[in-house]
Amino acid sequence: MISRKNDIWAAYQKEIADDHYYFARSCIRQNIFPAAENLYLNILKDVLGKDIFDDIKQTTCTGIAYHSGLIPMETIMTVVARQFALMNEAGYENFVVSCVTSFGIYVEMLETWKHFPETEQKTREALKRATGMTFSIPKNLVHASDVIYKFREEIAAKSKYRLVNVNTGEPLKVVDHIGCHYAKIFPSHGIGGAEYPYVLAGLIDEWGGQQVDYPERRHCCGFGFRQYLLKSNRGYSVSNSKKKFDSMLPFKPDLIIANCPGCTFFLDRWQYVIAEQERITYGENGYGIPVLTYEEIAGLLLGNDPWDIGLQTHQVSVEPVLNKLGILYNPEQKYNGFNGENIGSPEYPQVLKCI
Amino acid sequence: MRLKDYQRFKRTRYMPTLYEELEKDVRYREGLKACFNCGVCTAICPAAEVSDYDPRRILNIVQEKDETALEELLKSDEIWRCGECLSCKTRCPRGNTPCYVIQALRGLSIETGFFIESEQGRKQLAIKRTVGDHILKYGYCVYIDEVDLEMYPEQGPVWNWLRENRGSILQRLNTSYNKDQAGTLRRTSKKSLDDLKKIFDETGGTKRLEKIERYSSLKAKELDKDFKEGKDEYFRYLYNK
Repeated sequence: MISRKNDIWAAYQKEIADDHYYFARSCIRQNIFPAAENLYLNILKDVLGKDIFDDIKQTTCTGIAYHSGLIPMETIMTVVARQFALMNEAGYENFVVSCVTSFGIYVEMLETWKHFPETEQKTREALKRATGMTFSIPKNLVHASDVIYKFREEIAAKSKYRLVNVNTGEPLKVVDHIGCHYAKIFPSHGIGGAEYPYVLAGLIDEWGGQQVDYPERRHCCGFGFRQYLLKSNRGYSVSNSKKKFDSMLPFKPDLIIANCPGCTFFLDRWQYVIAEQERITYGENGYGIPVLTYEEIAGLLLGNDPWDIGLQTHQVSVEPVLNKLGILYNPEQKYNGFNGENIGSPEYPQVLKCI
Repeated sequence: MRLKDYQRFKRTRYMPTLYEELEKDVRYREGLKACFNCGVCTAICPAAEVSDYDPRRILNIVQEKDETALEELLKSDEIWRCGECLSCKTRCPRGNTPCYVIQALRGLSIETGFFIESEQGRKQLAIKRTVGDHILKYGYCVYIDEVDLEMYPEQGPVWNWLRENRGSILQRLNTSYNKDQAGTLRRTSKKSLDDLKKIFDETGGTKRLEKIERYSSLKAKELDKDFKEGKDEYFRYLYNK
């Protein structure tokens, strides 16, 4: 089954620029997994030798507000136009987006301008009046995980580890979770389209793991924007994540890989909540299933220290998968502060086993 | 002026018909071509599975162009149940996007003030006072300084440890937290924040946020809730319950 799907995936490709990228950061990723984006930039610059620009002038794309029904389309469209103008000012043409929500936003605005050209003209006028700026549309616009996918073989060649259980020699069973806005809105903008997204499965295949093809593989993590943002509405969010966990459980995954900052966050944190509320855990021996981003996994395989790349900021402990990968780490240093100072460690949850 | 008089005043001045307003929104025009009510959108919808939400029904109401039914919809909880995952766009065999129609309905519900007539619609104030205010204050939709365990208990003990020790940990992780330099969690410059504000002023974003505050103040008075700013009694009522 997997082999046949791989053949279908191979038919869906998109152009991903080879070098010289302008990097658009993610609100959620910067806060929740604060080492991830630096790691991404370091992989591109130091491992792959690419040029990628991190601009001090950029802001949020406002996508979370837009998808919560808070701001008009004209507002986000003009914020997007300002980001493009900043890219032009910096001398770049290839736009790389860290966040999947933002990626969907940027593509949606570009598509809207194509289908309703008057909206592009109005946006240009609004941006000019508000900021004096003008902009050109990027030559190439991709999600950050697309670039890792493009260079997956180069990363594998430089890696010290593979997605293989060193104790058994068997490939790790890896669940891939693609953020809905990566390809469900505009399938032609995602590797493999909406039906057979290959952007993360391709990493699993190349890096030695085994894909887990479970019934709810393509179901939403449950972010729901305004549904998560309000404490009163969060049952929506956790219910959708639980549906996925229950569906993947019989396949005993070793690891979840995600390309969306929100999805990574929810699949990590809702395991804690489900454990404490329902006394259900999804990993082995009372632990959770570690949830990592594509660059965090690449960083581990390339030999980075797990605590230097921020894996201690995940609620689900990552040690079970580190042990399977054969990655050496110093448990004493996990919760150290800057310069090795002792700042104490997090409290233990009552049910979810953590280290 | 009483709330209902105010809404009537706004409608007679600015809105000949609700449908004419809806049709101005490109998301409505793009999202609804011709729906034959097959129900695939509802079948695939994560919100329909866990709440009283039925995108098939909503598209049917909208395409019937019944002004009274549309007004009821704009005052209902249902249009606020969608999670905007946009799975419906992928699956619709007719190329409709129910979520785009929902986006247009939500915008119109705020513009007309009808959003305060539903429990879910009223909650837009709480989102305005978190995400909306964060954008203009920090340049980010979310920011670590604002995310505490009281409001976000699911963040858990690791987040609490990170947040309470953020000065040290974020330095260890080589971020630019609170610094005027490129990098993770950097301080957004005054120039960039000014640009954002001017874009909001120019494109209706500021008016939209002010409108949410203004209509909400009227509803808070009607519900006898204390209404000031920030996390006041009305905010906590909306956010928590």
